[in-house]
Amino acid sequence: MKLTGAEILCETLTRLGVRQIFGYPGGAILPVYDALGKSKLHHILVRHEQGATHMADGYARASGGVGVAMATSGPGATNMVTGIATAMLDSSPVVCITGQVSSKVLGSDAFQEIDITGITMPITKHNVVVTHAGDIARTLREAFVIAKSGRPGPVLVDVTKDAQQATAEFEWDACTPKLPPKRIRNNHDQAEFDRAIELLNTAKRPVILAGRGIMLSNAMQAFEKFVRVGNYPVAMTLLGIGCFPAKDPLNLGMMGMHGEAWVNNAIQEADLLIAVGMRFDDRVTGDLRTYAKNARKIHIEIDRAEINKNVKVDAALVGDAREVLESLTPHIETPDHSAWIRHINELKGDSAVRDIQSLPDTGHLYAAHVINDLWKETRGEAIVVTDVGQHQMWEAQYYHHDRPRTLITSGGLGTMGFALPAGIGAKFAKPDSEVWVVVGDGGFQMTMSELATIVQEKINVKIAIINNGYLGMVRQWQEFFYDKRYVATPLVAPDFVALANAFGIRAERITKRTEVTPGIRAAREAAETVLLDFRVEQEDSVFPMVPAGASLHDMIRRPHTPLVETASDA
Amino acid sequence: MQTLVAYVENKPGVLNRVSSLARRLAINIDSLTVGPTENEEIARMTIVAHTDERGAHRLEASLEKLVDVLLAENISGRALLERDLALIKVAADQQNRPHLMELIKVFRARVVDVAPESLIIEVSGAVDKIDGLLEVLRPFGVLEMARTGRISMTRGNDLLRPPLLDIESAAVESEVSKVK
Repeated sequence: MKLTGAEILCETLTRLGVRQIFGYPGGAILPVYDALGKSKLHHILVRHEQGATHMADGYARASGGVGVAMATSGPGATNMVTGIATAMLDSSPVVCITGQVSSKVLGSDAFQEIDITGITMPITKHNVVVTHAGDIARTLREAFVIAKSGRPGPVLVDVTKDAQQATAEFEWDACTPKLPPKRIRNNHDQAEFDRAIELLNTAKRPVILAGRGIMLSNAMQAFEKFVRVGNYPVAMTLLGIGCFPAKDPLNLGMMGMHGEAWVNNAIQEADLLIAVGMRFDDRVTGDLRTYAKNARKIHIEIDRAEINKNVKVDAALVGDAREVLESLTPHIETPDHSAWIRHINELKGDSAVRDIQSLPDTGHLYAAHVINDLWKETRGEAIVVTDVGQHQMWEAQYYHHDRPRTLITSGGLGTMGFALPAGIGAKFAKPDSEVWVVVGDGGFQMTMSELATIVQEKINVKIAIINNGYLGMVRQWQEFFYDKRYVATPLVAPDFVALANAFGIRAERITKRTEVTPGIRAAREAAETVLLDFRVEQEDSVFPMVPAGASLHDMIRRPHTPLVETASDA
Repeated sequence: MQTLVAYVENKPGVLNRVSSLARRLAINIDSLTVGPTENEEIARMTIVAHTDERGAHRLEASLEKLVDVLLAENISGRALLERDLALIKVAADQQNRPHLMELIKVFRARVVDVAPESLIIEVSGAVDKIDGLLEVLRPFGVLEMARTGRISMTRGNDLLRPPLLDIESAAVESEVSKVK
């Protein structure tokens, strides 16, 4: 069958199981858009190409599949860079398709020509330029394999305009992926495996560090079995949240810079850390010289390059998390860790008393209250998509996720502006799920133009702006480490209710604690998108906090009373 | 100093990916040589990097994550044959020429070009040998020098062959299309 390159592209995507493409047209990708119109693929017109990549990323994270974003050459492609880097740092399988000027003028600085494969080389798992129509199908199929296999990541396919326009023979079976022959490493090292078993069976104070790799390998069941058999307490990374139910007594909660004190202290006192699908990020370890000094370490990780990168480990089990856990579990002798678990419960100590949820109502509205009420109202069953900053940490602390892929957030790159578009992508992946975008007033203003995408697509997501009039996390650092010199963090915002209304979106402003639950209820009952503008305490901070570079146990703890002064409006 | 060998796809852009990776990992490359192998689709690189064992592990494992890299291995510490080739243009007049020729003989180098006021000397061997010759030539006046950078091979039965097995891409693809 003879087809144009553009038709081959659409047909290949369809056969790969793609339903939606998030994109923005332009000159160098127009042939593909023309073919899109004749295909069954649904194209979602975004308002900025960064949004397209975040949507594809949110789609991938919520579905477990591959998200697809599309843009034209030049500025369309460069606008994707932040979204691609976000996907790279969080190992998210996204395929980006960009148009490129015709191969005959490549390298001549033609209109809207840019070397996007050069630009994205360090932030993609792989990228490739296609200059022949006959190469499009195979290249795309390879891109999907690369994006999804091993440690997932973004792949960019740059297709020249002449390749889109030319015709070629299209036969599915003749264009199977043909990747370079790779050395097949025998990852099962019996000595490492035996050492791991010995460490597991002799540990007195073990703690599991659970990361996103568990979800990426679909290892939730194998992980739960492993935890049960070994009776191991589980600490989560930010991106690991959801891989193990929050309500489980063995789940300690999030570790790291804003982890609860008992979680970090348990790690510091542990004699064995079992890291699964996580990479000892600096936000998780604090000062490496004082990190878990008493603990031996087992690292279960698919990416060999992560072994001994930040933390030297005693046993490295390189491989897919599910396979490794399944092979370990039968060798675990059911140990008695009850004394250790009792001790961790004692470590919780006054944390519960200091917790803002336990303090008397001062009439002020705290973000932590909003998040906790949202958790209660949605019974913890919503997909929550957060941005970056204080609200992100409060969400991780006060929204208790019991199911995998229900917290979607930018971890590694920490990309502000991620939440709204990623939330849209998540809704397309899970149309029957309730999706809440929880976002600060700063991050929301970075990508709020995607409200128009919501309206155009008639989708139903709920948006909670945690509005404190500051770039809150940066303000917090200025408060703690820069003597309260709030340079460039006070933030003027538009009237978000009026703004939403201008887009044709229902919205409500909430300023009192008593209005929170009714507001959330009304939003949930609506069969359309609703935006809630929560005007929360302005100078509230996220506790506990491990200052950057400090030891994990050196936390700034919660104060015994909540902050009650509100910053002046001056 | 750590020595790595990599087999890569012999196509444009691969060298860029490899050098860009080292830059990203903040690993300084001392020398990088690349050339085709007996299989014209596969090229072989020898990378000599200023880093420790841990850095070399990271570079090796990260290199192998690149789609175009078929195999990467840190061969430091193994029994190696190392070769570097240099062309050295040195000032030579009637008077010191005999003395120069003596030195060249000692280093088992050879003269490949003779001009009235200079010689080009070709020397190959381990890096130390070339550095040694360079040292003794310096007083004569080294006018120009070109070096290939190091190529290395493990000795004897310690074989480092490129992989020929195809990964089962089709099987992976069917996994991929299953959206969970």
